[in-house]
Amino acid sequence: MNVEQEPTVAEVIERSAGMPGALLPILHDLQEVFGFVSDEAVVQIAHALNLSRAEVHGVVSFYHTFRRKAPGRYVVQICRAESCQSMGARALEAHAQQALETKTGETSADGRVTLEPVYCLGNCACSPSIRIDRDVFGFVDEARFDELMESLS
Amino acid sequence: MTRVFIPLDTTALSLGAEQVARALQAASAARNLDVEIVRNGSRGMFWLEPFVEVETSSGRVGYGPVRAADVDALLSAGMLEGADHELAHGPVEEMPWLAQQARVSFARVGVIDPLSIDDYRAHGGFAGLQKATTLGAQTLVDEVKASGLRGRGGAAFPTGIKWQTVLDAQAGQKYIVCNADEGDSGTYADRMLMEGDPFALIEGMAIAGLAVGASQGYIYLREEYRQAEWVLGEAIRLAREAGYLGDHFELEVRLGAGSYVCGEETALLESLEGKRGMVRAKPPLPAIEGLFGQPTVVNNVLTFASVPFVLAEGSAAYEAFGVARSRGTLPFQLAGNLKTAGLVELPFGARLRSLLEDFGGGSRTGRPLRSVQVGGPLGAYLPASQWDTPLDYEAFAELGAVLGHGGVVAFDDTVDMLAQARFAFEFCAEESCGKCTPCRIGSVRGVEVIDRIRQGQRREENLIVLKDLCDTMVDGSLCAMGGMTPFPVRSAIEHFPEDFTER
Ligand SMILES: Cc1cc2nc3c(=O)[nH]c(=O)nc-3n(C[C@H](O)[C@H](O)[C@H](O)COP(=O)(O)O)c2cc1C
Ligand code: SF4
Repeated sequence: MNVEQEPTVAEVIERSAGMPGALLPILHDLQEVFGFVSDEAVVQIAHALNLSRAEVHGVVSFYHTFRRKAPGRYVVQICRAESCQSMGARALEAHAQQALETKTGETSADGRVTLEPVYCLGNCACSPSIRIDRDVFGFVDEARFDELMESLS
Repeated sequence: MTRVFIPLDTTALSLGAEQVARALQAASAARNLDVEIVRNGSRGMFWLEPFVEVETSSGRVGYGPVRAADVDALLSAGMLEGADHELAHGPVEEMPWLAQQARVSFARVGVIDPLSIDDYRAHGGFAGLQKATTLGAQTLVDEVKASGLRGRGGAAFPTGIKWQTVLDAQAGQKYIVCNADEGDSGTYADRMLMEGDPFALIEGMAIAGLAVGASQGYIYLREEYRQAEWVLGEAIRLAREAGYLGDHFELEVRLGAGSYVCGEETALLESLEGKRGMVRAKPPLPAIEGLFGQPTVVNNVLTFASVPFVLAEGSAAYEAFGVARSRGTLPFQLAGNLKTAGLVELPFGARLRSLLEDFGGGSRTGRPLRSVQVGGPLGAYLPASQWDTPLDYEAFAELGAVLGHGGVVAFDDTVDMLAQARFAFEFCAEESCGKCTPCRIGSVRGVEVIDRIRQGQRREENLIVLKDLCDTMVDGSLCAMGGMTPFPVRSAIEHFPEDFTER
């Protein structure tokens, strides 16, 4: 079997460090590989890009996408924007919190699902919409939400 | 061999298009049928997605919404010959919902294979760029000016004038930046175009490069658009292989990171530079000091994608559409509580009511529509009495409303307009870049004042506080985030005062 070695933080940083405006591409790459941006990574990025730690931290915390803690096995995002509101997204989010026994912004006790808000997925003709990791789902009512959650391992 | 089209568009995928494609692949193998599956963009009739089209001798015939489980029955019924079925809609081009539109920006979307340069060329692609290489920079800019093209990102600034400023600026390096942040709720036209006709964007940006003398372009794409990221990546690779991109003009996709304010052009540039998305004071204009301090064209996806048509067909052909100072067409995006929602491209001047009723088919819930937000989260809510206003920039401005990027979000009579006004403040508080006090603090105060009204505390006085707060935000904000959050709030109070009570 060919087991691919997970790259180290330093290797991930190295990939993009030379490009103009490298910080966001690096943060995306790190999050893609590790699921979040660790304290250790912030230190290494600061060093590689010749920035202060505070500067790097300031950027990471400005953007909703970047996480500072490891997420659950799946990240489930529920759209909170107007189009989805008009089709019951507020109730769907309440249902999701109940079904997963967690709060938006937190991870279920079994470590399976992190529930996050998202402001528009560009899927507005089929509201309400949710995203599971990178996949978008449309016309998600409570029953469909439960089905989708059950299909996750 | 029969060609069958199944969209790779995000919304089609969100409703199971991938499963349908796999089911068709498997079923045609099992039945020994010679089928070629083409992954197209979407026609924008989203209530019919996954929408499957079959190429027949008499044109393309549509079926939808198709589930993977329907595929066998459709094949047995003779779908590959365009046979009738309860999911059949006949010749696609003749479907009234499409036939009543003026598809200019979206002429190819849903029609072609978005990742085939040959297909793109066969539908007029790269003719604009070819012509552009024979014209001088000033002639190109003049042509864009003469077309009357105005930016499609929301502010409707004349594109040719912006390009002139960049052309006139002296610098060693200039940049072309595409704003593909599409943060407004209820909008998806940029996404559909990038997924369905990516070469149009690439061609438009390459023409812009020639027009102003820029050799590097960036597409700033919102992180939520992963399918568009994939399609664009493939299209850029193909365009490079075919020689349309290269030393003369290079293009790179950069991802945003969930910040709405990064759709504002100067915050976007900060973000591209690897910083927090703080809005810059203007002047200097980005056209003079933009990305990395260099002269930069920043335009929306649809603005760039309109440029090849202007060049290929001539500015007069483009200018011929529309009314008054709103020239050309605008792709409206129907969203929210509508039965038949999707992309409707029309010349300026159509009526909102027609979008809601004729195209949208009324509410999906079956209840009466009550309120419609046009132009994204910073756009006004319009009551039924305003639905006959012509859809053009100036007529909407007179109402204190905006067309913005063309998003139309409909709400039925269960909507609580106080909650919608509260959300506008909440969103502003969440997304403010923090530079101006009225935006950063005012939005938080707005939420508190609205909560007091809901709790029945001194309604009249608090409505006055709210009005003053809105005035302060309009007057004291650097950008439209703080400056326009009052639009949805004021319109909600003005047209739906009965909702601003204790509950
Ligand atoms: C808060 C805010 C968000 C914006 N979001 C977007 C956006 O998502 N997409 C976009 O094209 N323009 C957006 N704009 C408008 C841009 O600042 C700018 O006007 C536009 O990119 C110019 O391109 P255009 O002339 O082709 O429209 C936004 C503006 C503000 C104030
Ligand atoms: S209005 Fe708000 S978002 Fe815009 S610059 Fe000021 S603080 Fe930043």
